[in-house]
Amino acid sequence: MAHSEQEILAGLGEIIEEIVGTEASEVTPEKSFVDDLDIDSLSMVEIAIAAQDKFGVEIPDDQLKDLKTVQDVINFIQK
Amino acid sequence: MFSSPSAPGGATIVAFGEYQPSQVLTNADLEARVDTNDEWIQSRVGIRERRIAGPDDTVASMAVAAGGKALAASGLSAEDVDLVIVATCTAQDQIPNTAATVASRLGIAAPGAFDLNAACAGFCYALGVASDMVRGGSSRNALVIGSEKLSDWVDWEDRGTCVIFADGAGAAIVSASEEQGVGPVVWGSSGERADKIYLRDHQYLYQEGQAVFRWTTTELYRVALDALERAGVEPSELTAFVPHQANLRIVESIAKKLGAPQALVARDIVTAGNTSSASIPLALSRMIGRGELPSGSTVLTLGFGAGLVYAAQVIRIP
Repeated sequence: MAHSEQEILAGLGEIIEEIVGTEASEVTPEKSFVDDLDIDSLSMVEIAIAAQDKFGVEIPDDQLKDLKTVQDVINFIQK
Repeated sequence: MFSSPSAPGGATIVAFGEYQPSQVLTNADLEARVDTNDEWIQSRVGIRERRIAGPDDTVASMAVAAGGKALAASGLSAEDVDLVIVATCTAQDQIPNTAATVASRLGIAAPGAFDLNAACAGFCYALGVASDMVRGGSSRNALVIGSEKLSDWVDWEDRGTCVIFADGAGAAIVSASEEQGVGPVVWGSSGERADKIYLRDHQYLYQEGQAVFRWTTTELYRVALDALERAGVEPSELTAFVPHQANLRIVESIAKKLGAPQALVARDIVTAGNTSSASIPLALSRMIGRGELPSGSTVLTLGFGAGLVYAAQVIRIP
């Protein structure tokens, strides 16, 4: 079942709040994980694992490094 | 039929010992060498300082120091020991092996002596082997040592790895006993992922950090839970969880999944760094020394590393 962009954004917000403590409302599509949200490479793995549980889409490590912004992850999950 | 060994049926750990080099390398010291800082290191790997071997520290000398302390603490004499296993993946020379030299320097005459390479899972593998040798009647008292000089295999210009690894040794004596004090080892491997941790240019330790993090934090808690089940121990009965001190975030992530909130979680990495096969016995010995693990308490170990390999077992603290 495909998820809407809004659903994925809200889901990522919850995941990021849970894992790194940044408020979900701060998680907007244009934000960069590293530069804006201060999320490191290991937390990115945790986010990918949680996103897989939530949306059923696996994000492998070799793809993870290319997902720089929240929008990149939304696009990957929708693809 | 052969005559069966007259073993009492059980094997238990009777003593621990440890050795750390005297040279402390702090995060501030590393800031002077590579582009890193204390906040970065502490948030990524949870290490404040680590010990690095001096010119006189070798894998063998550190093993002798830790093994000698375990032997002294056990109350046994050297002649009582009939098996010496040195778990290491950083021996300076492949030939001769380390264990025979270590045994000889400890005054242990003509024991079975061999090295075992299961990387950072080495101590759990060696403990499983020693325990079964004792239970099977092939050994009465076995000395099991994890000793590593990782500083020889670190690229000191690579800020991703040089902040993690360190040197040291830990040892345990496993003796025949009426009751079983070492649970069945639950071990395994995943050789198709051998390329996740390896020696770059046959010289420098390298790991794919994200892949290792994903592996350890999503798969290994099941190995730990299996070891509990095989030993007939409930998570609620654990006094402590002492996994390989790979990275504090990995340690804490696995610990959270065990359903044992009362268990003390080893955080020896904060001041000892990642010492591969030495990290579990080193942590255990230091925790016992601080009075954190009372005699008779039940502890879960979990080793994991290059191979990939992993092993877990439940132990009773002497």
